[in-house]
Amino acid sequence: MQAFPVYRLPRLMSAVLEVRDLVKTYGDFTAVNGISFAIEEGRCFGLLGPNGAGKTTTIEMMEGIKRPTTGQVLYRGEPLGKRFSNEAGIQFQSTALQDFLTVRDTLRFFSELYPNPVPIPDLLVACSLEDVIERDTRRLSGGQRQRLLLAIALVNDPEVIFLDEPTTGLDPQARRNFWELINGIKARGKTIVLTTHYMEEAERLCDELVIVDQGRLIAQGTPDQLLADYFGDLVFRLPADALPGAVDSLPYPTQLDQDRVEIFVEDASVAMDVLRREGVNLERLQIRERTLEDLFLQLTGHSLRN
Amino acid sequence: MSGFFSLRRFGAVIRARNLEFLRDRSSLGWNILFPLILIVGFALAQSDEERPQFKVGVAGVVPAGETFFQTRYVQFIPVAQLESAIDKVRRHELDMVFDLNSAPRYWVNDSSQSGYILEQMLSGRGYAKAEVTGEPVSYVDWVVAGVLGVNMMFSCLFGVGYTIVRYRKNGVLKRLKATPLGALEFLTAQVVSRLVLITVATSGVFVGCSLLVGFTVLGSYWNLLLVLIVGAVALISLGLVVAARLASEELASGLLNLITWPMMLLSGAWFSMEGTTPLFQWLSSALPLTHIVSSARAVMIEGAGFWQIAPSLGVLIAMSGLFLLVGALSFRWE
Repeated sequence: MQAFPVYRLPRLMSAVLEVRDLVKTYGDFTAVNGISFAIEEGRCFGLLGPNGAGKTTTIEMMEGIKRPTTGQVLYRGEPLGKRFSNEAGIQFQSTALQDFLTVRDTLRFFSELYPNPVPIPDLLVACSLEDVIERDTRRLSGGQRQRLLLAIALVNDPEVIFLDEPTTGLDPQARRNFWELINGIKARGKTIVLTTHYMEEAERLCDELVIVDQGRLIAQGTPDQLLADYFGDLVFRLPADALPGAVDSLPYPTQLDQDRVEIFVEDASVAMDVLRREGVNLERLQIRERTLEDLFLQLTGHSLRN
Repeated sequence: MSGFFSLRRFGAVIRARNLEFLRDRSSLGWNILFPLILIVGFALAQSDEERPQFKVGVAGVVPAGETFFQTRYVQFIPVAQLESAIDKVRRHELDMVFDLNSAPRYWVNDSSQSGYILEQMLSGRGYAKAEVTGEPVSYVDWVVAGVLGVNMMFSCLFGVGYTIVRYRKNGVLKRLKATPLGALEFLTAQVVSRLVLITVATSGVFVGCSLLVGFTVLGSYWNLLLVLIVGAVALISLGLVVAARLASEELASGLLNLITWPMMLLSGAWFSMEGTTPLFQWLSSALPLTHIVSSARAVMIEGAGFWQIAPSLGVLIAMSGLFLLVGALSFRWE
């Protein structure tokens, strides 16, 4: 197994949540292996990783749903307790709701579990649910259902909101609509903890993120900072038949991606001159910046969606 | 509001659960139709068909060579107290009773088909017929408490036990755990919700069946209601024990069937436990449904008052306390 660096952050004065040396084992299997980080107030904090990396186990320990084997989660410097229950909003990766209840019944039910709930009409507007208020929750579309689950997570006007892969399974349009809702919540200064395996989602929403793999934290920072730390290059993307000879004859690192070749270069104009001299046809050249997907691939050797 | 037990949160769970139950028409329909069909079925069965087995109580020593007492498919049960046995004839727990100690006599319930058939088999053998005193009880009068009790049992055990296991399996409980709702609030709300529904549904079915086929209720309706409520709490609490930890609907279903079927057969709901082995009678007395059915019957057909059913109510309350304690202590959201 690859030895990952362990990141330990000093406690921040404005930290809403702190995770200290969190470990979760199931028999011989270690799902989370010594994760520590702190989340500042008002930030959107992302946990990134492939399926089975330990994201959901980590977030569920942070939510107080799972008990850590060892380690500690602190909310505003205190162990999780009644205050946390009243001030946290949670959207699980998959949640069943009670059968035969409408959207209104469901929101009313959850509203009554909290001391100072948000008025239901406000929630309906905030989560674009006005048109389905009398609909049985079993007859909602995927996007409507996710918006209802978000409304439930917001019912207590939470200080910190946990969203565990909230857009998994949604079509691109529904996903973008959901991102708008999240950005609206961010604009109100709420702290958001988000897990996802969608790179675009993390890049668009997260102010800071950690990358988790095999139960360990392998990188932490803002998306820009992480990319700058690990990469100083661009990616040239060309069809494989644009190259006159073998890929490894080029003076740059390369990788094959199906029928395309990716060439990693530091200076675009210099590289284009070099490639022309090598007889490469640049007519169908695409240039892109490095992404979190590349970063993850570099750090772990496998794709985020694996 | 956000203290140890919040009435607002408790009420929210009850309302949501009641809505779920009332809107689930198939389940609601089954809860009402099942006992209705059974009671009407028994009423029809009694008028059209005979029961295959007879139970005859015998006080005294059977004379040698008397072939009637060797008849196949008739169970002859020795009785020590003649008066009690005659009362059982009146309540259809015995089909006939003989007193062979002095002048041989027998008692039958004139409304009993089995008694009539036995009497015909006995004709010409020189036994005198004695009258069963008091109002004779029809078989439907006898069986109605059993039918409603069995329906209550299924509704309470599956309605609470199976539902909570389903909630646990599909993640409803996990979602609720992430709110300030406490386990005590949730469990108490489940008990009260099912109690209200079962009380209303059973009372409604009782009144409906009474209008349809007619019952004898010699005792107080309030005592009958008390038996219903105390019995339902005991059965719901038993459901909570089953639901405390399980996350598999299949296992829960198997376990609930393992509890309900023996209880249905051994509680005296369908047929009298008179004449069964001491082991079965001991098992029967350990089942909550036995106490529900026997005390409801006592109120309905013997006119028993509160103090006469108090021992059974006490057993049910003790069982409820034990089941609730075990259920609450072992309960897990996940």
